[in-house]
Amino acid sequence: MYLIKDIEEIAPKIKKMVLKAPLLAKKHRAGQFVMVINTEKGERIPLTIADKNPEKGEITLIFQEIGKSTMEMGLRTKGEHVYDVVGPLGKPTHIEKYGTVVCIGGGVGTAPLYPIAKKMKEVGNHIITILGARNKDLFILEKEMKALSDEFYQTTDDGTKGRHGLVTDELKRLIEEGREIDLVLAIGPAIMMKFVSLLTKEHNIPTMVSLNSIMVDGTGMCGACRVSVGGITKFVCVDGPEFDGHKVNFDELLKRQAMYKDMEEMALKKFLEELREKEPCGGHHA
Amino acid sequence: MPDRKWIPQPKKPRTPIPEQKPEERRKNFKEVALGYTEELAIEEAYRCLQCKNPLCIEGCPVGIDIPGFIRHIGEGRFEEAYYTLKKYNSLPAICGRVCPQEDQCEEKCIMGKRFKPVAIGRLERFAADWFIQSGKKERYEIEPPTGKKVAIIGSGPAGLTCAGELAKKGHKIVIFEALHKPGGVLVYGIPEFRLPKKIVEVEVEKLKEMGVEIKTSAIIGKLYTIDELLKEESFDAVFIGTGAGLPYFMGIKGENLNGVYSANEFLTRVNLMKAYMFPEADTPVKIGERVAVIGGGNTAMDAIRTAIRLGAKEAYIIYRRSEKELPAREEEIHHAKEEGVILKLLTNPVEIIGDKNGWVKALKCIKMKLGEPDDSGRRRPIPIEGSEFEFPVDTVIMAIGQGPNPLIQETQPDIEVKKWGIIKIDEEGRTSKKGVFAGGDIVTGGATVILAMGQGKRAAASIDRYLKTGEWK
Ligand SMILES: Cc1cc2nc3c(=O)[nH]c(=O)nc-3n(C[C@H](O)[C@H](O)[C@H](O)COP(=O)(O)OP(=O)(O)OC[C@H]3O[C@@H](n4cnc5c(N)ncnc54)[C@H](O)[C@@H]3O)c2cc1C
Ligand code: FES
Repeated sequence: MYLIKDIEEIAPKIKKMVLKAPLLAKKHRAGQFVMVINTEKGERIPLTIADKNPEKGEITLIFQEIGKSTMEMGLRTKGEHVYDVVGPLGKPTHIEKYGTVVCIGGGVGTAPLYPIAKKMKEVGNHIITILGARNKDLFILEKEMKALSDEFYQTTDDGTKGRHGLVTDELKRLIEEGREIDLVLAIGPAIMMKFVSLLTKEHNIPTMVSLNSIMVDGTGMCGACRVSVGGITKFVCVDGPEFDGHKVNFDELLKRQAMYKDMEEMALKKFLEELREKEPCGGHHA
Repeated sequence: MPDRKWIPQPKKPRTPIPEQKPEERRKNFKEVALGYTEELAIEEAYRCLQCKNPLCIEGCPVGIDIPGFIRHIGEGRFEEAYYTLKKYNSLPAICGRVCPQEDQCEEKCIMGKRFKPVAIGRLERFAADWFIQSGKKERYEIEPPTGKKVAIIGSGPAGLTCAGELAKKGHKIVIFEALHKPGGVLVYGIPEFRLPKKIVEVEVEKLKEMGVEIKTSAIIGKLYTIDELLKEESFDAVFIGTGAGLPYFMGIKGENLNGVYSANEFLTRVNLMKAYMFPEADTPVKIGERVAVIGGGNTAMDAIRTAIRLGAKEAYIIYRRSEKELPAREEEIHHAKEEGVILKLLTNPVEIIGDKNGWVKALKCIKMKLGEPDDSGRRRPIPIEGSEFEFPVDTVIMAIGQGPNPLIQETQPDIEVKKWGIIKIDEEGRTSKKGVFAGGDIVTGGATVILAMGQGKRAAASIDRYLKTGEWK
C-alpha cells in the first residue's frame, strides 16, 4: 500500500499524484518507470516517475484519465492508498554531453521527458524544448520545462498558444535554419514520435524516443510490450523504454496499442454508469 | 495405533477420481479433479503392496516414504500421512496435483507391471487436502534464532521450499518477489482449474507463520542488486530462484500481429490479473472463436484449456512431432481432448497471416514427418516440402518454451552463467559468487515443480552449512 500525499488536476483530465515511496525515490533514475496497481482487482498501469524527492521519500506521477483504470485512480484523494507500486523498471536513460539536445514533449509525454531533460541540462547540454498540445490548457510542466531550457517553444493544434501547428513544424524550422542539433529526444503519442523520427531521419539527426506500449508485468516475462526495432523484436519494459526512433516500427506499435480499444471503452462506459448511480442525486437533474 | 486394519487388495482396479464432467467444466474455472473422499482414498491405499524394497521411492525426486504415507492412509491415520509427506515435501497439496507422477513414482510402481500403478499422486493430494480441510494448526519445529539473515529471490516452488527449510533452522528469511503476489508459476502460470490459488495462499501463509517475511513487488536487479543485499542490507546469504519466465517466440512472420500472445502473457492476464472476470477486474484478454496454441507441453495444454473456458469454439494444439512425443502430462492431454481440443500433430507454423487492421486472420503451417532421433532422443521432425496449408484462426498463443529470467544476470556479471543465461551451480547449489546460491528453473531451464523444490531444499542445506561454518569451498 502506498500513501497518496497529494493529488491534483494540473490540466483538464491530467492528474499529478505524489506518493510516499522512499525506496523508489532513492533508487529511481531518469527514464525509468513504475507499474501502479490502484485497487486489488486493478490492472498494472505503467507510469513514468516525473519527479521525485528522495529527502522526503516521495515520487510524483502524472497521468491522463483515458480509461476506466486511470479515471478511477484520478478519483482517489489525499490520504488514501494505492494498492501497489513496483519499480523502478526499464533501463535508465543514457545521459551524456551531446551538445545541443532538442527535447520534444507531446501531451502527457512531457511528464517522462522532464526528468530526462533535467539530467541532460545538468551535464551541460544546450536544451531546446518544443512542447506540443491540442490547446493551451493541456500543457503540463510548462514552468519547469521552461526553467531548464535554453530555448523554449510551444505549438498547439488550434493555435491558442505558440505556433499554430505541430511539434514537427517547429523542429523543421530549426533544421531549416541550419541549427546544429546533436540529439532529438521525443516523447509523446506514438504518432508524434513517428513523424518526428521520419523528419530527423531525413536529416540524419540521432533521435531517441520513449515508447508507451501495452504492458502487463513490466518485468520482461510476458512480451505484451513487444515492438519491432530494426526488424528485431524487443520488449519495451526491459530493453527500453527508450529506443532509436529511426528503427522503431511505429505502425506496428500504433496497431498494438489499439488492441483492447473496444474492451477499454466498454469498461469505461460501465464504470461511468456505476459512478452516476452512486452519486446521491445522479440522474435526477435533467 | 492404527484406526483401521490394513486390508491388502492388490487385485482391485485403480480407483477413479471424481471429476467435473467435460461439458460442465468447459464453462468454468473450478478444479477439474475433485479429489478422493476418505473412503476412496482408503480403497486405493489398499492396492499398495507395501514392497520391502519400494521402487516408487526411487522414482520420487525428493525420496518421499511413499509406502509409509499410503499405509497411514489405509489405516485411517490421515494426519500422520500428512506429516510423513511433509518430512520430504513441503508442498504436498501442490505436488499431488501437478507432479508428473506417471514419469516418476507411478512409473516405477510394481503394480503397474501387470495392472495399473497405485494412484500415488491422488493419495498425496488427498492427505494434504485432508489436513488443510481439517483446520488443524500445523506443528513446526523451529530451531532457536541464529541471528543470520538470508534473502530468497523469487517465490516459486524453489524459493518457497528454500525459505521454509531455512526458517526451520532458525535463520531470518526475507523473500523478494517481483510480482504483486507470491507463488511464481503456481499463481501466474498454472490455471485455477488445475491448481486452485487458495492452496498456494495456504502454503504461503504457513511460511509467514514460521516467521518468513515476504516482500512482493520487489525486483532484485532493479530495487536492489545482490551486492546491495549482501553489503548494505546485511544479508548473510542469497538464494536465486527466479525461474524461467522469459517467453520465447518462433521468429516467424506475423508474430507481432494483434491476437498473438505468448502463453505467459495469456496465462498471466487470466490467472494473476483475473482477466476472466473483466470488467470486474481491470485487465482484459481477447480470445477469438478459433484459437491455435503452438507447442505441446503443459503450458500449451493450460493455455488451450483456458481459451476454451473463455469461450473459444474451436481449439487447436499445433505440435511438430507426433502424439507420442507430446511433452505434456498424460492427464492433461486426456483432459484437453475430453474438453474438445483438436490436436494438429506433425504440423509446424511457418507464418501468421494478418488482415489489413493488423489482426490475426490465419495460420500457415507445414506438415512434418519424423526422422532419426536427435540429441534429446526424440525423433527429429522434418518438414515435408510443398505441404504448406493455411487455416483460419483469430488467436494464436505461442507456448514453445521459456528461457531464464535475465534481470539478475544483467546486473550481477560476477555470477557465472551457461548457455542462454542459465545460472551455473555446483552440486551443492553454489553459484560462482560467494554466499550466493541458486536453484529451480533458473539453473535447469523450464523443468518441474518437484525438481525446483528439490533444488531449493538442497540449497537450503548447503546455505545452512555455509552460515554455520562460514566455509565456501
Ligand atoms: C503454464 C505452466 C504449467 C506448468 N505445469 C506444470 C505441471 O503440471 N507440473 C510441473 O511439475 N511443472 C509444471 N510447470 C513447470 C513448473 O511450474 C516450474 O518448473 C516451476 O514453477 C519452477 O519453479 P521456480 O521456483 O524455479 O520458478 P518460478 O515458479 O518461475 O518462480 C520464479 C519467481 O521468481 C520471480 N522473479 C523473477 N525474477 C525476479 C527478480 N529479479 N526479483 C524478484 N523476483 C523475481 C518471478 O516473478 C517468479 O515469481 C509448468 C509451467 C508453466 C509455465
Ligand atoms: S510488459 Fe510483460 S514483458 Fe514487457
